[in-house]
Amino acid sequence: MMRSINLSLQATIGFLFIIHLLSVNFVYAGAKQTINIAYLTQEQKVPPPLSNLDAFIKDKGVLGAALATDDNNTTGQFTGQQFVLKKVIVPLDGNVIDTFNKAIGDQYPYVVVNLPSDAINSIADLPSAKQKLLFDVATIDDVLRNEQCRNNVLHLLPNRAMRADALAQYMMKKRWNKWFLVIGATEEDRLFADALRRAAKRFGMKIVEEKTWEHTYDARRTAQSDVAVFTQVDDYDVLVVADEQGRFGEYLEYRTWNARPVIGTQGLIATAWHRTHEQWGSVQIQTRFKEQAGRWMEEPDYAAYLAVRAIGEAATRTQSNDVNRLKDYMLSDAFALQGYKGNPLSFRPWDGQLRQPVLLAAPRSLVAVAPIEGFLHPKTELDTLGYDQSESTCKWSK
Amino acid sequence: MKKNILGLFVTAVLAGVAQAETVFVTLEKDNALAVVDPIAGKLIKTVEIGQRPRGIVISPDNKFLYVATSDDNTIKIVDAETLKEVGQLPSGDDPETFAINPAGDRLYVSNEDDSLVTVIDIQQKKTIKQIKVGVEPEGITASPDNLWVVSASETTNMVHWIDPKTNAIVENTLVDPRPRALGFTADSRQLWVTSEMAGTLMVLDVKTKQIIKTIPFDVQGVTRDKIQPVGVVIDKDSKRGYVALGPANRVAVINARTFEVEKYLLVGQRVWNLAFSPDQKRLYTTNGTSNDISIIDLDSQKVTKSVGVGTYPWGVAVKP
Repeated sequence: MMRSINLSLQATIGFLFIIHLLSVNFVYAGAKQTINIAYLTQEQKVPPPLSNLDAFIKDKGVLGAALATDDNNTTGQFTGQQFVLKKVIVPLDGNVIDTFNKAIGDQYPYVVVNLPSDAINSIADLPSAKQKLLFDVATIDDVLRNEQCRNNVLHLLPNRAMRADALAQYMMKKRWNKWFLVIGATEEDRLFADALRRAAKRFGMKIVEEKTWEHTYDARRTAQSDVAVFTQVDDYDVLVVADEQGRFGEYLEYRTWNARPVIGTQGLIATAWHRTHEQWGSVQIQTRFKEQAGRWMEEPDYAAYLAVRAIGEAATRTQSNDVNRLKDYMLSDAFALQGYKGNPLSFRPWDGQLRQPVLLAAPRSLVAVAPIEGFLHPKTELDTLGYDQSESTCKWSK
Repeated sequence: MKKNILGLFVTAVLAGVAQAETVFVTLEKDNALAVVDPIAGKLIKTVEIGQRPRGIVISPDNKFLYVATSDDNTIKIVDAETLKEVGQLPSGDDPETFAINPAGDRLYVSNEDDSLVTVIDIQQKKTIKQIKVGVEPEGITASPDNLWVVSASETTNMVHWIDPKTNAIVENTLVDPRPRALGFTADSRQLWVTSEMAGTLMVLDVKTKQIIKTIPFDVQGVTRDKIQPVGVVIDKDSKRGYVALGPANRVAVINARTFEVEKYLLVGQRVWNLAFSPDQKRLYTTNGTSNDISIIDLDSQKVTKSVGVGTYPWGVAVKP
C-alpha cells in the first residue's frame, strides 16, 4: 500500500498534498502499513553437559523476537502498522549464506541475526545485505564494534568491554583494587581477559597476578585440591575469572586458598538480562515472557526482543517502514527505547552499539546495575561502559 | 457515633480549626491499609486488607474505599467508616491502577499483563467490557466532565482516549516513553501525563489531543536517570500542579499557567502517588522505600511532616 502511494507521490507534485492527507487518514482508519522482519539463526549442536543443572535451550532468541512482534502489533492496531516476523532457521548442515540469499528476499529489509561472531560480517558484506539493516543479537566481540564494524549492523548485546567496565566499576566501588585474573584456554577467554585488562587500566585497578587454568574440567574429581593449589598466589582482593563457556569457573568459588570473592564470567557476572532483575517494570516482561515461553528470558531473547522493539519504536514514531528512514531515526538523539533497565536505551552513532545499563548478578540476587552511581560522563553515564566515541576505531558513516 | 463526629466537624469549622480528615495508605508489602490522622501527624492504626494492596480510590460520596489487592486478583469494596470489607469487584488479573468516574458508578481498571482496560459496573459488581489497549497499560483517569477516560500504556507509549458512553477508543496520542500517570485539570481542558523514562511532564490539550507543552525536570545534585516522574495532580484552580519524581525523592511544583517548575520539595524515598486534602491546603505523598508519607503544606510550600506507615506505601486516598 505504502509503496504504491510512494510511487504516486513521485508521479505528480500537485497530487502529493492530497495523497499525503489521505495517507494520514488511512492510518487512523486502519489501513495497514507492513513492516517485514526476518529472524535468521542456525541450529546448534547440543554441547556436552558440564553439569546436569541447566538443560540446553535450543530456541534462545527467537521467542524474544516473537514477543516483541506481538507488542509491536498491539501498538500497530492504533497506528495502522502491521509487523511480520519471518523465522528462518538454517539446519545444522545447511549453508547460512545460501539461505540468506534465497530465503530472505528484498521484502525483508530488517534482519535479526542470531549467529556466531564469524558469520555476522560474511552476511553483512553480501551484496544482498547492503540495503538491509542487520540486528546482531548474539556477538559480544569488541572487534566487531571497532576495526571490523559494518555500517549495516547494529549490536544489541553489551560487548566484552562494556561488561568488563561494569565489573571494574563495581570492584572499584568495593575497593577490590587488587585482582587475581584467571583465564581459560579458549580464544574467547583471552578476548575477555583483554577487556578486563583494559578496564583495570581505565579505572586504576591493579592486576597483581594472572594465571591460565590448565587443570582438569571435571569438578567431581579434583576441583577441591586443584583450586586450592592453583590459588596460592600473592595477596589479592578479588579473583576475576574469564571462562565464557563455563568449563571451570564454577569450581573456583568457596575453594580458593584464601577466602576471596569470585567475579567475572562466574560468581558475580555482568549480563544484559537476568532472571533476578525486577526493577523498572521488568517483572512485567519477565512474567509476559515466561507465560509465552515456559522458561526464563535469556540474554539472546532479551537482545532479540530489543531489536524488534527498536524497529517497532522507530516505525511508530516515524510512521514509516522505509529502512533508511528508520535507521536514521534509530541513530538520532530522538530515539529512546524502553528496555526495563531504568535509562532509555539508544544506539551509539559511532559504532552501532546499543547503549544500556549492565546488570551485575549473582545466581539468586541482583547485586548492582552499572553504570555504578558516581561514574560520570559529560553526555550520558551509559557511555562510561565500553568504547566511547573518542576511543572507537570504527569508521562507519551512516 | 455518627452524630458525634458530625457535631465535632461542625464545631471544628466554626472554630476555624483545620478539620480532621483521614488519610488511607495501601501498604504493598504488609498486605494492609494504614489509617493516618494527618493533622495530628499520627498513624492511627493498620488494618489487614488482602494480598499486595496497591491502587486505592474513595467513592465520590466518601462512603466506600476501593482497594486493588493485586495478588488476590480483585478490587475490594471497603466501608470507609468501619473499614470492613463489604464486597469485591471482578477486576481481571493483577489489578494495580484504576479510576472511578465522577458519578461513582463505574471503575476503569488497567490489566497490565493482558493489555486490557476492564470496565466495571460498581452497583452490579459486573464487568461490562474489556477494551484492548496498548502494551502494559498503567495510568488511568476519568475527566471531571465525564467525557473521557484516558489510559496510558507504558510500552506502546500512547495515551488512549476512551469514550465512556461507548467504551471504545476514539483517539490515541503518542507520548514520551513509559507514560506512567495522568490527571485532568478541574475544567477538563488539559490532560497532564508523566513519562517515567524521558523524565518529563506533558500537557495535552483535550480538544486537539495534542501535546502543547513538554516540561523537563532537572534537580541539582540528582542524576538524570533518578528523575522518574510518576504521580501527578493539579489543584482545583489550575494554579499549580505537582509531580512525584520517584527515586529523585522530590515533588516538583509546577506553575500551571506558565508551565514553569517553581521548586522541588524534598520528600521521602521513591515518592509514587499524591493526594490533596479536601480543602487542598495539604498534599500527601506515598514514599515507597522510606516507608512513610510526607505531608506538604501548600500555603507555605513546605514539607511539614513525615509519618511512618509501614512497608512499601503505594496508593493514597483521603476522606474528609
